[in-house]
Amino acid sequence: MDLKNVASLSFFVPELILSVTILLLIVLDLIAESKRGLALVAIAGCVGAMIATFDLYSAQPGWLFHRMMVLDNFSLFFKVFALTAAILCIWMSLGSNEIKQVHQGEYLTLLLTCTLGMFFMASSSNLLMAYLSLELVSLTSYVLTGFMPHNRRSGEAALKYLIYGGVASGTMIYGMSWVFGMTGSLDYASIQAALGTNAYSTTAVFIAFVFILAGFGYKIVFVPFHMWSPDVYQGAPTPFTAFLSVASNASGLAIMIRFFFPGVSRMVPGGDWAFLSGVEWPQVLLFVSMITMTVGNLCALNQRNLKRMLAYSGIAHAGYMMMGLAILNNEGLSAVLFYIVVYLIMNLGAFLVVGMIANVTGDEDIENYRGLAWRGAVIPAVCLAVFLFSLTGLPPFAGFIGKFFLFSAVIKQGGAFALLAVVAALNSVVSLYYYAKIIKTMFLDTPNPEDKSISVAVNDFTLMIPLTVLTLVFGVYFSPLAQYTSQSLRFFVK
Amino acid sequence: MDNVLTYMTFIPVAGAAVVLVLPNNAKLIRWFSAAVTVPPLLMAIWLFNNFDRTKSGFQFVEPYEWIPAFNIKYLMGVDGLSISMVLLTALLCFICIFASFGIEKAVKGYFALFLILDAGMMGVFCALDFFLFYIFWEVMLLPMYFLIGIWGGPRREYAAIKFFLYTLFGSVLMLLAILALYFTVEPHTFDMRVIMSQASKYGTQVLPIWPFNRWGWGFQHVIWMALFIGFAIKIPAFPFHTWLPDAHVEAPTAISVILAGVLLKMGTYGILRTHFAMLPVATPDLAYWFLGALGAWNIIYGALCAMAQKDLKKLVAYSSVSHMGYVMLGMASFTTQGINGAVLQMFNHGTITGMLFLLVGVIYDRAHHREIEGFGGMAAIMPVYTGVTALAFFASMGLPGLSGFISEVLVLLGVWQKYPVLTILGASGVILTAGYLLWTIQRVFLGPPNEKYLKMPEINGREIFTLVPLGAIVILLGIYPSVVLDLLRASLDQINQIVIPHLHS
Repeated sequence: MDLKNVASLSFFVPELILSVTILLLIVLDLIAESKRGLALVAIAGCVGAMIATFDLYSAQPGWLFHRMMVLDNFSLFFKVFALTAAILCIWMSLGSNEIKQVHQGEYLTLLLTCTLGMFFMASSSNLLMAYLSLELVSLTSYVLTGFMPHNRRSGEAALKYLIYGGVASGTMIYGMSWVFGMTGSLDYASIQAALGTNAYSTTAVFIAFVFILAGFGYKIVFVPFHMWSPDVYQGAPTPFTAFLSVASNASGLAIMIRFFFPGVSRMVPGGDWAFLSGVEWPQVLLFVSMITMTVGNLCALNQRNLKRMLAYSGIAHAGYMMMGLAILNNEGLSAVLFYIVVYLIMNLGAFLVVGMIANVTGDEDIENYRGLAWRGAVIPAVCLAVFLFSLTGLPPFAGFIGKFFLFSAVIKQGGAFALLAVVAALNSVVSLYYYAKIIKTMFLDTPNPEDKSISVAVNDFTLMIPLTVLTLVFGVYFSPLAQYTSQSLRFFVK
Repeated sequence: MDNVLTYMTFIPVAGAAVVLVLPNNAKLIRWFSAAVTVPPLLMAIWLFNNFDRTKSGFQFVEPYEWIPAFNIKYLMGVDGLSISMVLLTALLCFICIFASFGIEKAVKGYFALFLILDAGMMGVFCALDFFLFYIFWEVMLLPMYFLIGIWGGPRREYAAIKFFLYTLFGSVLMLLAILALYFTVEPHTFDMRVIMSQASKYGTQVLPIWPFNRWGWGFQHVIWMALFIGFAIKIPAFPFHTWLPDAHVEAPTAISVILAGVLLKMGTYGILRTHFAMLPVATPDLAYWFLGALGAWNIIYGALCAMAQKDLKKLVAYSSVSHMGYVMLGMASFTTQGINGAVLQMFNHGTITGMLFLLVGVIYDRAHHREIEGFGGMAAIMPVYTGVTALAFFASMGLPGLSGFISEVLVLLGVWQKYPVLTILGASGVILTAGYLLWTIQRVFLGPPNEKYLKMPEINGREIFTLVPLGAIVILLGIYPSVVLDLLRASLDQINQIVIPHLHS
């Protein structure tokens, strides 16, 4: 189906609910006495949008707003994902000392606007729409990164983010202009049709795609577009860092998969995707994936600040996820979607504990974790250990299953990809070293007498324990999730 | 007794969960943990009694669906080889709980982790699904890391992370190899029995990629190597052995016993299960160098290193490297005596080295050091201790009448038929072993008593209690080894028969 503007609105309810919530928050911020209530309104809005999103699963897939957006299982998956991340982030913000210093209304408004941008990223089927949605997410992210008042690091991070973002999106839109110049269209379906029939210079197509990849790569955070991430992660308020690390990465993946898979490749029976002939795309992705995971892990080895370390570990994980894209088949994509869900759980969990400790100690330096388990914080320490082991990819935690799916998809492909699997496997050994460094500091080191004892608010437990349990549950029983992610791979093409 | 293997594996897990909620009473936690290890031990003995020795193949199989979409099953089952290892695990875990009664720091955490370790080890020996096997294999790492890292000696952090990194390096390669096997067999499955049944068919052509085409390696050879590195780290075979002395020296006594008694066996167990039974085409090509020659080198190198040690525990650790060499050497022969001897040696090494580490722990608890030169004349001060130690040392050096002798002789007999040179090298290891052990006895127990230790208390009842079962087994198997050999014969024959058709002769 190909709907016009008004007809599209009934399939646009989640976005409308989010928009109304955003406007409501602006108004309520002016009149409400208790700012805590605002967060609950925001969560309620997200939950409403979530219900509306699930409601759309029964709808017929199709184009909305004159082929600007597309409604299919794939876009719904990333909408649910963005909302989950937003809800968890707002919940985390409730207990965060950093967030208490800022204007609640503006913070929540920007956060929800960012989420709304992610909705558009997940569903755009037009280069212009893709660009605009990406910019919407970027602009709100810049502001939120620099949101900490009187904090130089936060301001610096925002500026770096802005400059890198500007360059990357400039490069991307330049690449898009090449595509437009060659095909005369911004619409994915028309681009595919044009590229499939006419003989274009494969070099030109390749260059255009590499430029476009720069914009996506900056969102997914892969090398060499990763430089902003450690500073931004460290400077931004922790709950927002957590949100950024999973949701921004995921929507980057969404937009990239949408463009490179149903956008320009052709599905062949058996779950494989045929890329444009003559363009050596898998090799590019393979190379990028290897470099990204290796650089991420090696840089993480010597970090003393946990947020920085998690930033580099995030780069490494982006590299792992790229493996699933490089092999150009549905198994790989399904593994990527599975991984991103698992990554949401374990990475948000890790940031949650980091934020909790920072609330007491003031910063995220690894010194603050010395003997944490013996300073009255044994439960947060155990939970963080679970999240970190899961990030390493050890069974019986969910991270292992995520890696298992990625590796199995890559191994199944065989050939040169076997090398990719070996590199990735060795990378997880490297990553153990820095994750275990935190665990060592928490459990194996004995605390100094001057180290403060840590007490944890009930509010944080309500999030930390379920995330830990989920990490364990998906480590041994993952069938429903795997089924959900493979069903989410239904694209609407035409 | 349906699902006996599952109960055996998961009773310790349940026990660990209960330990966590028990009140913080060290005595209660210790005795409760000890009680938890009793049912698995009884079940292992029950398995030993009820196992049908005339049949080859797996018994007490528990097949359940786990993740049907990927054909992953919850599949447990045992053959004679597994039962010997399960019995060893159950016994050593039971004993080691008592050997851990001296632990004072964070008692709850220690025993909970210990019980999880117990479950992981049981699981590895019972799992028949490769995915399940891998999960148990990895699950063991976490408690081990903490047990060495929190309750270990002064350099515990270094030792713990070294152990963790080495083992993880091996296991990620193993994971890739397992996945490659999964996609090779039709239908795709992790079921070891199915993979075994197709073992001689897949991956036999030489790969057309340099350097494999030059070496004449097929897919099976590549998988063989990937798995071998994983197992060699566990054994530990030269040059992957360097984690072992560090881990042993730093680990608390009971953990050293488990490490040497059970964890090292997983390497050789894995080789028999996967290399022999699932990669029979590659095994004959690679066995001479990577099992036989490397095993002989392990024997001599380990013995020489042991001779040079000043620390008693390090000496025992290197003697493990040396003794595990016999297991590798025996397996490489593909003869009945060799393989049976190798597995018997696995079992015997578990009991003998268990004793040795316990004995080192006894003297360390009293003297607070382990320097060989720091003692002297202990025979006059602690006669009972000296007697038990002498038994363990003589068993370790392979004195006739004790269990170590039988297995080493079987190994050497088996290997002689194939590789005389390696046999001579291996046999010379026996002399080196006698050398370092007798020299140690002389320095520690003989001569004039050390003035400092004249008042040292004799070995106590609890310590004797941990040593008696092991000592009894050492003597029993020295006189009547058929108790274990009967258990192994059919299963090992079956495994060997998979390889024999592929031998080049």
